[in-house]
Amino acid sequence: MTETKTEELVGRGNKEGADLFREWFDDLADHAKRGNGAAYVFVMGSMAELLHVFDFPLVLPEITSLQTAVRRVADKYLAEAEDYGYSPDICGYVKADIAVQLRGGDHPMGQIPKPAIAVMTNACNTYIKWAEIWERMYGIPLFVLDVPATRQAGGQFQPGSSDFERDRKYVEAQIRELITLCEQVTKKKFDIDRLRETLGYANEMNKGWRRVLELNKSKPSLFNAVTDGTVYLGVSNNLRGTKKGAQFFKNLVEEMEYKAAHGIGTQIEEKYRLGFVGVPCYPIFRRFSEMFTEWGGNFVHSTYLNFASGGGSMGYEYDVNRPVESLAEGFLISVREAMDNMFHQDRVVIDWVKNYDLDGVVYHPIKSCRTVSTGLADGRRAMMAATDIPSLFIESDMMDKRVVSEAQMKNRADAFFEGLASRREMAKIAQS
Amino acid sequence: MTLRLFETWQNQTLEGIFAECRELAEDADFPTVKRWRENGGKVLGHFQVYFPEEIAHAAGMLPLKMRGAPVEPTHSDSRFGSYLCSILKTSLELVLSNRVELDMFVTHPICDAARNLAAVWGRNYSYPCQILYLPQNANSKASAEYLRGEYERVKGDIEAVTGSKVTDEALKNSIAVYNENRSLLRKIYEIKRKQPWLLSGFEAYLLMTVGGMILREEHNEMLKAAIPLIEARPAKRQDKIRVVFEGGFCEQPPLDLIRAISQSCYIVDDDLLIGLRWILEDVPLEGDLLMNMADAYLEKSTYSPVQHDARKPKEKMLLQRIADSGAEAAIITAAKMCEPGLEDQVTYTKTLDEKGIPYFVGEFEENMTSFDSMEIQLETFTENLIFS
Repeated sequence: MTETKTEELVGRGNKEGADLFREWFDDLADHAKRGNGAAYVFVMGSMAELLHVFDFPLVLPEITSLQTAVRRVADKYLAEAEDYGYSPDICGYVKADIAVQLRGGDHPMGQIPKPAIAVMTNACNTYIKWAEIWERMYGIPLFVLDVPATRQAGGQFQPGSSDFERDRKYVEAQIRELITLCEQVTKKKFDIDRLRETLGYANEMNKGWRRVLELNKSKPSLFNAVTDGTVYLGVSNNLRGTKKGAQFFKNLVEEMEYKAAHGIGTQIEEKYRLGFVGVPCYPIFRRFSEMFTEWGGNFVHSTYLNFASGGGSMGYEYDVNRPVESLAEGFLISVREAMDNMFHQDRVVIDWVKNYDLDGVVYHPIKSCRTVSTGLADGRRAMMAATDIPSLFIESDMMDKRVVSEAQMKNRADAFFEGLASRREMAKIAQS
Repeated sequence: MTLRLFETWQNQTLEGIFAECRELAEDADFPTVKRWRENGGKVLGHFQVYFPEEIAHAAGMLPLKMRGAPVEPTHSDSRFGSYLCSILKTSLELVLSNRVELDMFVTHPICDAARNLAAVWGRNYSYPCQILYLPQNANSKASAEYLRGEYERVKGDIEAVTGSKVTDEALKNSIAVYNENRSLLRKIYEIKRKQPWLLSGFEAYLLMTVGGMILREEHNEMLKAAIPLIEARPAKRQDKIRVVFEGGFCEQPPLDLIRAISQSCYIVDDDLLIGLRWILEDVPLEGDLLMNMADAYLEKSTYSPVQHDARKPKEKMLLQRIADSGAEAAIITAAKMCEPGLEDQVTYTKTLDEKGIPYFVGEFEENMTSFDSMEIQLETFTENLIFS
């Protein structure tokens, strides 16, 4: 019985995630074929909950771009955008997408529909610059949903305070303006009951995502936050606010609870529990992870899973009885959480050291993304001052293999593990 | 105004004033800030591009525009990664190397890199280090009210640093000082546009740049002394190309680069230190003063690559700037590793191509010391235009 259950559950999340991912691309290709205009949105605050009410197909260009790197064709897309005039020093996601647009939506996973509207937060400034390019290319409306985040380390405004209410009212006013814009673009009337429905699905997903991340405190850990976690993250973004997304996370929680109860870990024998800070190295996605797993190191958490889920990881649950007001509050809190995981990552990592019992932290700043990478070296200094945990700092990119030096990274990773091993030996000697 | 931070320009010829401004602008030890502190003053450092300095001024603080400096980032390098613009590193270097001492630091969500500064600074200093969330949705009906609230919040934080309340009277006085300053800078730019032979782009920049490191009353006094001298200058019109310089909204090009461009072109308009000139009209002195400032930021302002406003598409604004200044060509630059600048560079050049307006494209870094090849390319560019 247990064997059957194990076979049924273990690895189900990865398989279902991959299937849903394929389905998402197929669905986009279908919309492209039918000439339907999409909403172009971003992972940190997609507003999927609202945009689904208007039946927009959602294109997440960060995800379509990173897929060109995973499929090892990003170099061609980057070169095309650079030939068009874009600098080698700007975000690789932007350039890969520009090439997709210049090719009329042609993408290795299928056709991408053209935009009818672009909605973005200020969680990343490049979102806005990126959307300005579509605005010019297609003459579409662009809506910046401005989310004021933490002003000063540790000084988050809390619900109930006048400062928080000021921010929330600002976000709510913008959401109401976005509703009007969506009505104009789609010629459909806003249906508040459909919003209640999508918020309900988002609640299930947020709750599930939080639970899954908490469960990885288990020993051994249940999934690799960089590889498996990215699959789950993909679903949390692509299917946000949908029935399929809610079901996926329900299933995933079931799988992880089962694994935790039966002491089933990842495919490696876990020797070191690691935290990951930054963005994955998509040009060598699997190989990057192997540099750590072959030493018995498993990534038990990643800031990426927090910020790239738009803060969904904190598990905010909307009050469906006051949908717009609650959407504003949840959006503000969640997107702020996403930003805190980038700008104030030192606080997040220090917390993990204790709660996830980390042996080490890997920082991976990348050339393409200054939002995530600018403060990592300084954050690492703060983390090292506050804890006794070794860390590794390796720079590369999420898209551009010209700045990914695999051999050098491997050398650094090897040295890091040799240090971890020797540290463990020393501790044993000290105890004996 | 009892304390003077910058006196050496007084009783000088116009050339003497330029020389004194240059000396101050190039002094990475920021002597005016030191003098202010020696007299017990507090300093609020704010990163580019725009900060409502009037609030800090009304509180009796010296608002210091943090826009990098010609220094090596020996201390700050270890706080940052590799792929970043220079201004970020040199601005932090100024405080880590004790060249500048602050009592409060404010940055803005102008770009992905700069918005990290409040956290980086805050991990290194115990004084308030924060981000002022200037609205990125300039087109929302709720933006002005929200921004008014942000200004109120910042005012409260400033009051906590100084230990005293900012009165309406003090704020009104400060707004008047800054209104006058912006009006004088508009006059400088009018001279550049209408009679560029009277004032080179380099000279105008020298006069303007010191404004960010002294009391604005002093700056007004200096500009009021300099403008009649400029207007009376016996300079003659030269056969130079009239250009607009774009790309100096945040990190500043080295002075010698601006000088080199000024030798071969008339820079009739530019976006250098645009934050000092962000507001285009006087801020009203009646009614809700903070609301007036918020409204001016959103409704009576210029443009830059770091603010999205559907009413101000950047490429159209550049064409307007070129048309208004009667420029024949544009110099489209970006600081190295500056994402917004580099992205808009493509937009600008595609638009200029469409309109058949000649342009020169380049990248700069504040600490670059050699630009011989850029100078030669620029000379070739201008000669081609002159003889075409």
